[in-house]
Amino acid sequence: MNHQTVIKSALKAAFPHTIPIFAGFWFLGITYGIYMRALGFGFAYPMVMSVVIFGGSLEFVAAEMLLSAFAPLQTFLVALMIQARHLFYGISMLDRFRGTGWKKFYLIFGMCDESFSINYSAAIPEGVDRGWFMFFVTLLNHFYWFSGAALGGIAGSLISFNLEGLDFVMTAMFVVIFLEQWLKEKRHNTALIGLAVSVVCLSVFGADSFLLPTMGCILCVLTAFRKPIERAGDTT
Amino acid sequence: MTLVQEVITIGLCALGTMMTRFLPFLIFSSRKPAPKYIQYLGRALPPAIFGMLVVYCLKGVSIVSGSHGLPELLAIAVVVGLHLWKRQMLLSIAAGTLCYMLLVQFVF
Repeated sequence: MNHQTVIKSALKAAFPHTIPIFAGFWFLGITYGIYMRALGFGFAYPMVMSVVIFGGSLEFVAAEMLLSAFAPLQTFLVALMIQARHLFYGISMLDRFRGTGWKKFYLIFGMCDESFSINYSAAIPEGVDRGWFMFFVTLLNHFYWFSGAALGGIAGSLISFNLEGLDFVMTAMFVVIFLEQWLKEKRHNTALIGLAVSVVCLSVFGADSFLLPTMGCILCVLTAFRKPIERAGDTT
Repeated sequence: MTLVQEVITIGLCALGTMMTRFLPFLIFSSRKPAPKYIQYLGRALPPAIFGMLVVYCLKGVSIVSGSHGLPELLAIAVVVGLHLWKRQMLLSIAAGTLCYMLLVQFVF
């Protein structure tokens, strides 16, 4: 296969996996753009922020920080705390991003929840270049988010729709990915640990601050039970 | 805030995000294999992460008030049932989302 065919076949294979993200990111991105305009920012703000930050939840928080007093240290710490879950994604992708050349930088740069989930779980068809496949998944997702935010920022006031509940597309996608992973495994210890710890931490710490404790507890439990988990064959 | 302060604030958000994304790759070079413990985490974490992300999506749902999480529960049942039956990712997601939208717009 020549270079162009390699790229084209990877794009063709990647696109269907990103369709749910397209729906979800346009919905959330447009909402974000409208929200920024409602707060009094120009349309350039959501456009720039969607490209350089590319992390939905932090961008909403950043909007509020821009309206408060200038507090660089606090801004930086909040960003680290909200985004800490990416550390887990990186650890999981250490091997899979290997050998992707210059694309590796962009794959890491654009590794949001959704790109990670698809790139980790998708069964990439035989003969499709892994690096280009993951590159296009990331690029398409990045583009959906950017174009949604831009559209919301520029034309938000013209759009009226009743799409209440469309954001559920993200939940549905993560449920399917969780289920696919579940069907692939022989043992479900780590999946159950993730679910149980998250639910417990959510009820103890509340919706706004349960992510960090959840990550800490998952790490502790996986470390404490490493021997039995490895022996049970969870990780093979 | 002045424009410069705004640029710094946005820049720090981007920097914080990138640090969490790049750090594992900077610590564990691609030239030699990562320590056994990190390799173990790389294999054991993903199923736990997907569980965490599902809960993360549902964090705003209240069981004690509003619609008691019923639309979410029903829509997830549709997603799981359909996916176990047909194993078609896009179909399961689309049907579950449509079901949820109908439920929150017309039923609850």
